Amino acid sequence: MASVLLLWLAVCLSGTWAVDKGNFKTCDQSAFCKRQRALKPGESPYRALLETMELTNTRLTLQLINDNNKVRLLLELYRLQGNITRVKINELKPLKPRYEVPDVLIREPPTEPLSLLSQDENGVVLSLGAESQRVIVSARPFRLDIMEGRDVLMSLNSRGLLAFEHLRMQKVEDGMWEESFKSHADSKPSGPSAVSLDFSLPGVEHVYGIPEHADTLRLKTTDNGDPYRLYNLDVFQYELYNPMALYGAVPVMLAHNAQRTTGIFWLNAAETWVDISSNTTVFGKMLDYVQGSSETPQTDVRWISESGIIDVFIMLGPTPKDIFSQYASLTGTQSFPPLSALAYHQCRWNYNDQKDVQEVDAGFDEHDIPYDFIWLDIEHTDGKRYFTWDPHKFASPKEMLQGLVEKKRKMVAIVDPHIKVDSNYKIHNEIRSKGFYIKNKDGGDYEGWCWPGSAGYPDFTRADMRAWWASMFAYDQYEGSMENLYTWNDMNEPSVFNGPEVTMHKDAMHGAWEHRDVHNLYGFYVQMATAEGLIQRSGGVERPFVLTRAFFAGSQRYGAVWTGDNAAEWDHLKISIPMCLSLGLVGISFCGADVGGFFKSPSTELLVRWYQTGAYQPFFRAHAHLDTPRREPWLFGPENTALIREAVRQRYTLLPYWYQQFYQAHQTGEPIMRPLWVEYPQDPATFAIDDEFLIGRDLLVHPVTEEGARGVTAYLPGKDELWFDVHTFQKHNGAQNLYIPVTMSSIPVFQRGGSIIPRKLRVRRSSTCMEHDPYTLYVALNPQRTAEGELYIDDGHTFNYEKKEFILRKLSFTKNILSSVNMAPDAQFSTRSWIERIIILGASKPSKVTLKTAGGQESQVEFEFDASMSVLTLRKPGMNAGVDWSVTLQ
Amino acid sequence: MMSYQYLLLLLLSLGVSAVEVQRPRGVPLSKRQFYEEGKPFTCLDGSRTIPFDRVNDDYCDCEDGSDEPGTAACPNGSFHCTNAGFRPAFIPSSRINDGICDCCDTTDEYNSGAACQNTCRELGSKEREIMKEMAEIAKEGFLLKQQLIQEAKSGLEEKKAKLAEVQVSKKDLEDKLEALRTVKETAEQPEKEAKERHLKAWEAAIRLEKDKAKMAEVFLELDDDADGFVSVADLLTHSELDPDSDGSFTEAEAQGLLGGVDKVDTAAFESVWNNIKEKYVSEETREPVPENDSEQYPEEDIPEEEEDDDEEDEDEDPDDGDYKVSPVRISIRFMKDDHEFLFKTKFICLSFRYIYRLCPFNRVSQKPKYGGSETNLGSWGKWTGPEDNVYSLMKYEHGTGCWQGPNRSTTVKLTCGKETVVLSTSEPSRCEYLMEFTTPAVCQEPQSLYPDAHDHTEL
Repeated sequence: MASVLLLWLAVCLSGTWAVDKGNFKTCDQSAFCKRQRALKPGESPYRALLETMELTNTRLTLQLINDNNKVRLLLELYRLQGNITRVKINELKPLKPRYEVPDVLIREPPTEPLSLLSQDENGVVLSLGAESQRVIVSARPFRLDIMEGRDVLMSLNSRGLLAFEHLRMQKVEDGMWEESFKSHADSKPSGPSAVSLDFSLPGVEHVYGIPEHADTLRLKTTDNGDPYRLYNLDVFQYELYNPMALYGAVPVMLAHNAQRTTGIFWLNAAETWVDISSNTTVFGKMLDYVQGSSETPQTDVRWISESGIIDVFIMLGPTPKDIFSQYASLTGTQSFPPLSALAYHQCRWNYNDQKDVQEVDAGFDEHDIPYDFIWLDIEHTDGKRYFTWDPHKFASPKEMLQGLVEKKRKMVAIVDPHIKVDSNYKIHNEIRSKGFYIKNKDGGDYEGWCWPGSAGYPDFTRADMRAWWASMFAYDQYEGSMENLYTWNDMNEPSVFNGPEVTMHKDAMHGAWEHRDVHNLYGFYVQMATAEGLIQRSGGVERPFVLTRAFFAGSQRYGAVWTGDNAAEWDHLKISIPMCLSLGLVGISFCGADVGGFFKSPSTELLVRWYQTGAYQPFFRAHAHLDTPRREPWLFGPENTALIREAVRQRYTLLPYWYQQFYQAHQTGEPIMRPLWVEYPQDPATFAIDDEFLIGRDLLVHPVTEEGARGVTAYLPGKDELWFDVHTFQKHNGAQNLYIPVTMSSIPVFQRGGSIIPRKLRVRRSSTCMEHDPYTLYVALNPQRTAEGELYIDDGHTFNYEKKEFILRKLSFTKNILSSVNMAPDAQFSTRSWIERIIILGASKPSKVTLKTAGGQESQVEFEFDASMSVLTLRKPGMNAGVDWSVTLQ
Repeated sequence: MMSYQYLLLLLLSLGVSAVEVQRPRGVPLSKRQFYEEGKPFTCLDGSRTIPFDRVNDDYCDCEDGSDEPGTAACPNGSFHCTNAGFRPAFIPSSRINDGICDCCDTTDEYNSGAACQNTCRELGSKEREIMKEMAEIAKEGFLLKQQLIQEAKSGLEEKKAKLAEVQVSKKDLEDKLEALRTVKETAEQPEKEAKERHLKAWEAAIRLEKDKAKMAEVFLELDDDADGFVSVADLLTHSELDPDSDGSFTEAEAQGLLGGVDKVDTAAFESVWNNIKEKYVSEETREPVPENDSEQYPEEDIPEEEEDDDEEDEDEDPDDGDYKVSPVRISIRFMKDDHEFLFKTKFICLSFRYIYRLCPFNRVSQKPKYGGSETNLGSWGKWTGPEDNVYSLMKYEHGTGCWQGPNRSTTVKLTCGKETVVLSTSEPSRCEYLMEFTTPAVCQEPQSLYPDAHDHTEL
C-alpha cells in the first residue's frame, strides 16, 4: 500500500502526478549537509599522532588530531576475515557517547592478525596478509591508502574531507543547533554531530548500490546536483531518475572495473548523503583529450552522515562474488522464504470483504490462472487497528482463511507500526502501559498522524519491545489468524503524515538516543520483530514471510522488500529493473515492484508487459491503489487474460529454479536477479546495462518495457557462450547484440549453454498443489558439449532444511552422459517427484539412450529428435528425482 | 440469466443414461469411441498415433492433451467427471490429484491421498431445490409482471385522460387569453396602465394554468400506489414538506397537511396543494422547479412532454425486431413505457454506513446514514447487459467525480424476483458501484417443462 497522504496533505498535490519536491529536503535545506558540502577538497586539518599508536594482534589504534581545534579522534583499524578492512573513527573523549549501530552485523566480525611492515615519522605500513595487500597510514596530513602490489585500491581522506563535528556545549551558531524545515522545528539538543569521509577509487568508472533510489543501475556523478540521499521516507508519487531518498537505505557501494570489484559499507543509520564525482565525466574527458589517455580514470566518493560515528567496512573483492560473500559475512544472507512466496501474489488496496476475497479467488480458478497469496491492505482492519478485523466486512476471518487452506492458498494481511491512540484498543493500551512508545522531546509519548488518525509509534529499537511485538503474532493473541496468514509491514520509514518530510521528528527519543541517530534502522527492526513473531507462533518450525517497505543493511535476513508506491507508467516498469538490481547487489535479493503500477490505471498493454516482466523478478505481486479501477487479470478480454495467464504460468514452471536460486542466495549472499557484469566482470559492454538481467547464472531476461515495441535488442554476453531462446530453442552466440522481434506474447528469455535448469511443467492452481509433480530437465549444451546444474528439494516451508532435511543433486552432462550425483550426502529427504522428461538443447541424434539407476538396473529410454533445432527429448525416463542415476546417449 | 430449465433438462437426461460404461479415466461418454482398448490411439487433433498403452500413462504425447484425459500430464488437458446424481463437468487436468476435491464424485482425486466425500447426491438435490425455487419465483414473477403491465396500462389510460382534461382546461384558459389579447389589441392607444393590466391578467392566467397542471402532475407523482388517493405514507417520502422543518416528518404532521384525513382524492388535493406547493420538490429532479416570472407571451402551444429523451434513444436502437429471441426485451420495452408505474417509487438499500437510493431511469445516490450530504452515484445512462440479455444490466453514469479518480457510476443488475427491491449495494472498485435489484419485470415466461420435474427426483 499506501502512501497517499491524508487528504489535507494531498489536496495541495491534486492535479499533478509528480512528487512535491518541496516536501523533501535538498542538501541545502539540511543544515549538516550544506555545512559539510561547503568544505572543498584540500589539505586535511587532521594529523595522525603516531606516538599514540597501539598495535595488538587484532587491531591498530591511534589518535588523530584536528590542528584547527585540537579535538582528538580515535582511529581503530581492523583486518577482518575474508579480505575486509574495518576503519572506525570516533571522538577520543566525546561529551557523551555517540551512537554506534547495533544489531545489523550478524556478529562481531572475526579478525585476522595485522602485522607492521614498516614505520617512520611519516606513517606506518601494515600488512593485510595475502597478495601483498597493505594499508599505509600517513600521518601529516592523515590519510589511508590500501595497496595491492603497486596499485592503490582505495584511498581514504586523500581529498582531505574527513570531518568530525565533535559534541560541544551549546553556543549560538547558525543552523548548528535548532533548525527548521517548513513548519517543523528540530531542536537538535546535541548540536552539530555530523561525520564525513572521502574515498578515492583509482581506475574505477562504475559505481553501484546505495539503494534505494529510482535511478539507473550505474550511479551518476552528483557534481551538478544533490548528492544521493539515504533517509527512509514515504515519498508520495516518487519521481524517476534522481537522487532523492526513498523508503529504504542500504549504505553500501560497489566499485567495479574489469580487473577488480571493491565495496564500501558505511555503517551509519542517520540521514546520509553520498557525493560521487569522476574525472572521466565531461570535464575529465576534455582532460583526456588534452593530455592524452595517460591519466587513470578515477571515481571519488564522499559520505556525509548527520550523527553517529565513522564505521566503514572496506571490502576488497577482488571478484563480484567475493564482495557478496564479504558483505554476507557481515550482515548475513537473504532469508530462505517458503516456496509459495516465490509464486504469484494478488494484492489490491483493498479487497473489500470476505465475499470479494472469495470471488477473486474463484476468478483465478475460473480463468485457470495460478496464484498463491491474496493480500489485504489496511481496510481489512477495524478502524486501522492492526491485529484486528473489520467486524462487518471481515466478520469471520478464520472461515475465509480456511477457504484458502482448502485451495492450498495463503493470505497476507497488513500490520503497520503506527498504533491508533485509543484506550479501547488492547495493543495501544499494552504498549502505553509498558512504556514502549517512542517519546517526544519533552518526554511524553510521541504522537503523529497516520492512517488511524492520531497514532503512537512503538520503539522497535528496544529488544523487549520487539519480543512483546513478536508475541502478538501468537495464534491466541492475533485473533482470526491462522498458519496460512502472513504479514506485510508498510509505512515503517516511519511514515508520519504531519511530521517533517512525512516522517518522525529527529528529536523524538528512543531511550537515550535521538530518532536522528536511529532513523534508517526503524523499518529494519519492525520487519525483524514481525518475522520473529511468525517464527515463534509456529514454535520455530515454519519459515516466515514478511514484506517490508522500509529497510536497511541486513534487512535481507527478514524477508522481502518492494519498491513502494510506483505508478502505472512505462518508465516505472523500466525502473523496476535497476531498482531491484541495485538492491540485489547489496544483499537484498527478494525484491519486486507493484505489477501494473500502484498509482493510476495502466493501459492493457502496460499491464500485460508488467506481468511479463514481474514474472521474471524475485517478488511477483500485482497491486493497485484504492482509487484505481479493478484490474484482476481477467478483466481485459480473453486475449489479454491469456497473455497474463501465460506469463504467470511461465513463472510457475520455473519455480524449482527460483527456489534453488533462493537456496543459493541464502547460502552465499549472491544476488538472484543480477546485473550482467556480475557474471561477465571483464566485459565493459555489460557494465551499464540495466534493461536486461540475469536470474542466477543461467537465465538471461530482456523484458519488453517499451510501449508498442516491435522488437528489443538484447546483449548476449560471453564470447564463448551460447544462449538458447527458452521458447523456440533457437541457439545464439554470445558477445553480440541480438535483435529480437516481439509480439504481445513475447518475453525474451535465454538459457545459457552449459546449464541445466529444472522445471515443473504441470502448472496447477497454486505452487503447493505442484509439490509432488515431476520435473522436466532442460539441458543446454555449451560448445564443449557439457552442461551442469543443480536440483534442490525440501519440504518447501519449514526450517527442517537446517537439520539437513533436503535433497541437493548435482546434475552434469559430459561425454554424452547426463548424471545426477548427491551433493549433500549427509542430508536426508525423500521426494515423490520424478523426472518425466529431459530436453537436451544443442544435441545430436543418438542411436540409443540408456538409463542406469542406483541398483544397477539399465533400461532403454525412448526419445525424439528434432533435427532442425537440434533438440533431443527423452521420454519419461521416470526415475525418482532424489536418487543417483545416469543417462547415456550412444 | 441462468437457464435453469436447461440444467434441469440435463439432470433429467442423466437419470436415463448414467449407466457406467467402461472407458479410460477422464473420458466423457461422447468421446468413448475414440479410445478403443488395445487399438492404437490417434490424438484427437489427428497429429499422431500412439500405442494404446500410452493413453493415461502419465506422459503427454499429444499436443492437444487428448492422450491423457485421466492424468495431469498435459498442460492443456481436461478431465471429465460423471458426477452421477449431479451434473457432469470438465475440469482442467491440472486439478487431477492436486489434493483438492473438485468433482463431487471424487474421481479427480484417485491418487493424492485427499479424503474426498461423494457429495453429488447432496449437491443434486440442493440444486434441484434451488431450481425449483427459482422456477417458482419465475412463475409467480411472470404472473406479477402481467398484472403490473395491466395495472400500468390502466394507469396510463387514466393519466392520459387526466392529461386530456388538463389540456382542455388549458385550452379554455388560452381561449380566454386570446380574448384578452383581442381586447388589448383593439385598444387603440396602448396606454401604459392598460398594458399593465393586460399583462397582469395574462400572468395570473398562465400561473393558474401552470399551477393546475403541476398539481395534477404532483398528484400522480405522489400517488405511488396509483390508487387514486394521496395518503399520509405517500407524503412521508417527501421530507421537504415537513411543516416545522425539524428534520422529522411525522405521520401526524403529514396528516395535518392532508387536512386531518388519511388520504385525499384529486379534488381534495387542491387545498392540500396550496399548502405544500411552496416546499414540494419533484421526484424526477429533486430540484425546485424554477418560478419563471418573466415568461413572454406564448408564441405557440408547448405540449407537456411526459417521456424522457433517454427512452426515445432506446427506441432508435438499430437491432430491433428480434422479438422471438429476446422476449425479455419486449416486456422491458413495454414496461418502460409504463415505468412511471413500475418504477415510480425510489428503492432504498441500507448498508451499515450508507443509505443508497435508486430512482430507476433517473439516478442513483448515496447518503451517509448519520448525516452528511448526498452523493450522486450516476444518472441513467443505458442498458449494458450482454448481447443476449441486454436488459439485465442498467448503467448509471456521470455521478459526482472522485478525487483523482473517475466520475462515480453504478451498474444495476436486474434479476427476476417476486418483489421489486434492491438486494444489495457494493463498491467493487473505487467509485464504481454495483446494485443488485430484483423485479418481476424481467421474469420470463416459464417453460412448460417444469411441472414434470417433481416426478423425476431419482437419478
